Amino acid sequence: MLSRVAERMYWFGRYLERVENTARLISVNTNLMLDLPKVKFIWGSLISITGYEKQFAKRFSIKDERNVIKFLLEDESCSIRKSVTMARENARTSREVMPNEAWEKINQLYLYLDKNIDNGIRRGGRHNFLSDVMRQSHELTGYLAGSMSRNTAYNFIKIGRNLERADMTTRILDVGCLNLLNQDHPEIAEYDNILWMNVLKSLTAYQMYRQHVQDRVNGEDVVNFMVKDQKFPRAVAHCLGEVHLCFEGLPKSDLPIRSVAHTLRLISNNDLIALLNDSILHTFIDEMQLDLNEIHQQVSTTWFSHDSSTSG
Amino acid sequence: MNLGNYKTSPQIYDELLTRKNRARPGLGDLSKFLKKSSLKDLNTRRHDAELAIRTMGITFTIYNEGENIDREWPFDIIPRTIMRREWQRIEVGLKQRLTALNHFISDIYNDEKILKDKVIPREILASSRDFHKECVGVKPKFGVWAHICGSDLIRDTDGSIFVLEDNLRVPSGVSYMLENRNISKRVLPELFKDYNILPMDDYPTHLFDTLSSISPRPKDFPEVVVLTPGIYNSAYFEHSFLAQSMGAELVEGSDLLVGDDDCAYMKTVEGLSRVDVIYRRIDDQFLDPDVFKAESTLGVRGLIRAWKKGNVALANAPGAGVADDKVIYTYVPDMIRYYLSEEPVLRNVPSYMCSDKTQLQHVLQNIEKLVVKPANESGGYGMYIGPGESKSHTAKMKRLIKANPRNYIAQPIVNLSTVPTLCESSIEPRHVDLRPFILQSDRSFVTAGGLTRVALVKGSLVVNSSQGGGSKDTWIIEETGRSG
Repeated sequence: MLSRVAERMYWFGRYLERVENTARLISVNTNLMLDLPKVKFIWGSLISITGYEKQFAKRFSIKDERNVIKFLLEDESCSIRKSVTMARENARTSREVMPNEAWEKINQLYLYLDKNIDNGIRRGGRHNFLSDVMRQSHELTGYLAGSMSRNTAYNFIKIGRNLERADMTTRILDVGCLNLLNQDHPEIAEYDNILWMNVLKSLTAYQMYRQHVQDRVNGEDVVNFMVKDQKFPRAVAHCLGEVHLCFEGLPKSDLPIRSVAHTLRLISNNDLIALLNDSILHTFIDEMQLDLNEIHQQVSTTWFSHDSSTSG
Repeated sequence: MNLGNYKTSPQIYDELLTRKNRARPGLGDLSKFLKKSSLKDLNTRRHDAELAIRTMGITFTIYNEGENIDREWPFDIIPRTIMRREWQRIEVGLKQRLTALNHFISDIYNDEKILKDKVIPREILASSRDFHKECVGVKPKFGVWAHICGSDLIRDTDGSIFVLEDNLRVPSGVSYMLENRNISKRVLPELFKDYNILPMDDYPTHLFDTLSSISPRPKDFPEVVVLTPGIYNSAYFEHSFLAQSMGAELVEGSDLLVGDDDCAYMKTVEGLSRVDVIYRRIDDQFLDPDVFKAESTLGVRGLIRAWKKGNVALANAPGAGVADDKVIYTYVPDMIRYYLSEEPVLRNVPSYMCSDKTQLQHVLQNIEKLVVKPANESGGYGMYIGPGESKSHTAKMKRLIKANPRNYIAQPIVNLSTVPTLCESSIEPRHVDLRPFILQSDRSFVTAGGLTRVALVKGSLVVNSSQGGGSKDTWIIEETGRSG
């Protein structure tokens, strides 16, 4: 398979996942704000999760609901609109390797967004708008799962999806911890439980967590579950396990496999509860994110980029 | 519906009916079919065809005010027909032409015999846009430079066939020719029972054979790729279609590189993989930024170097476009006599060369009765059709010609033949041309028929799809022998 096509499949997988993640993030936090009208800074923390604070500051001065939502729905940097456009563009330029209907579906989502994005900005229409977006991206993921051979193209879509997922999970945990430890807002302590629940819901993990952890919702268990669980699809360890499997089906995969194994070891060797109680979980999450970035670099140099020297 | 209101004109040859509105020999069944079908029935079939085009995703892209629009392919269900006996002669003529053209290209980049013998003046060549000095001395396999050619044929009032131009750069349309056949099999299946129509769907196989025959590394499975400028090119559909039907990779310039060993490679997830033959669908100018346009991002740095070393074959070879020049075109009959010692089987449309003083005078005086074409354009761009042009446009054209006579040729108006075409509410005659495709390496091949393009606007002679033209399936019909 051509490296260019593989790269487009990878980004298609990432962007499609980002669409869903961003939609859920907004949806869950809109709900949370209905419960906690006094806790204003939550909106700002959504921007922190994306990592695009500079871009936000260029356009807006206040991190209020309207600005944050506008930014997440339609800004040029990391919005749903941007992700859908990029997913569509990657699909469009590699239609040969995907089933035709997949192209039609991503195109439909693109057209839907174009027509309905204003509904997402108003609180009244937001719920329906976001569930439509999530439903359509689920449909597409499901369609690919049901109709594509487990070939190289599929492997790259899956690698993209799982790396994006792992990345989002670490971001949400990071900001969740920061919020809870926020010294400027001591009032937050009383909402401890609700906020951790919110972290779980942002990751569709609430129900599975409840089945897995019998205790009340608490930070230690949430972090442990979301990082170390092998079976939950959004837990970092699970995502990386999937990536590992995909790597095994690809040529020349020694270095990528080594870097994913390194991260998995890092995860299993660390006592997260101790880290959390020592308030240095943030450093650990940083390390995980650097690792995820390293895996991405490995994927890119191993399969996508070729320097001009010929090996023969 | 019947063909009762269908009016053939004494000045125009109709492909189906004679001037007395009788079916031409061998075409009785088709004309009967059209006579007995109701408008409703034909419209249903048209609708089916449109549906097939949509679901098969047959599109072409047009540029409009900076935007790219994917249009569905315009198709008319009534086929254009040619009897096999006549086609056999045309086939011979087309092969003869391309053979002579390849001799010519080889000659001017090597021995220059035709120039030394003063059959073609040297100045003409020096001012040709696609003559590349970088190609001098190169000897592609079999001496063939133009492996794929699309020649445009037209039929005049008396029924004789003329060659209007030879497209040797990156001729397009062949995928539409094949898809048109698929559609008409779906919507007119009965007629395929009545007639013995020559099949054409083996084209991709012949194309692949031609391309692999020029591989620098003869082996069982040469790596053949199709090089496209990308999704925004108007013929992207065709590039992807041909790649898929040949089982070749569809690559962009950035997928390829030329190594220190002067070989071409494509970048795959397995690593670099050697490429033997590139069917390139991008113009010479963009092929290699080291040699041609330095700012080109579509091409591959070092590709010309690899080609000159004989490590990769390019089809068509760079520089082959030199013969795709409307001034060079006028010399093709001379080339045939010069290189092959044969008389041309197919005629050229008589042309006036503005570079010649006497002919220039004639053109300027009679411009309103002539068609004027820039020597180096394709797609009907920049074409001037005397009758019907405004005074100011005519004046402007004259100025352009005087400023650069070498860049223009003029031809008398040929009344392109017509074919019955399903219009809004009746069947009406519309003008057509025909683009067959010719392949050449150590063997030659001509498609059974070609792409018939039709001017859908009443009276119009412009058939280009970028300018409102449509297309028809083309049937080469085997005579069954009236007697038995």
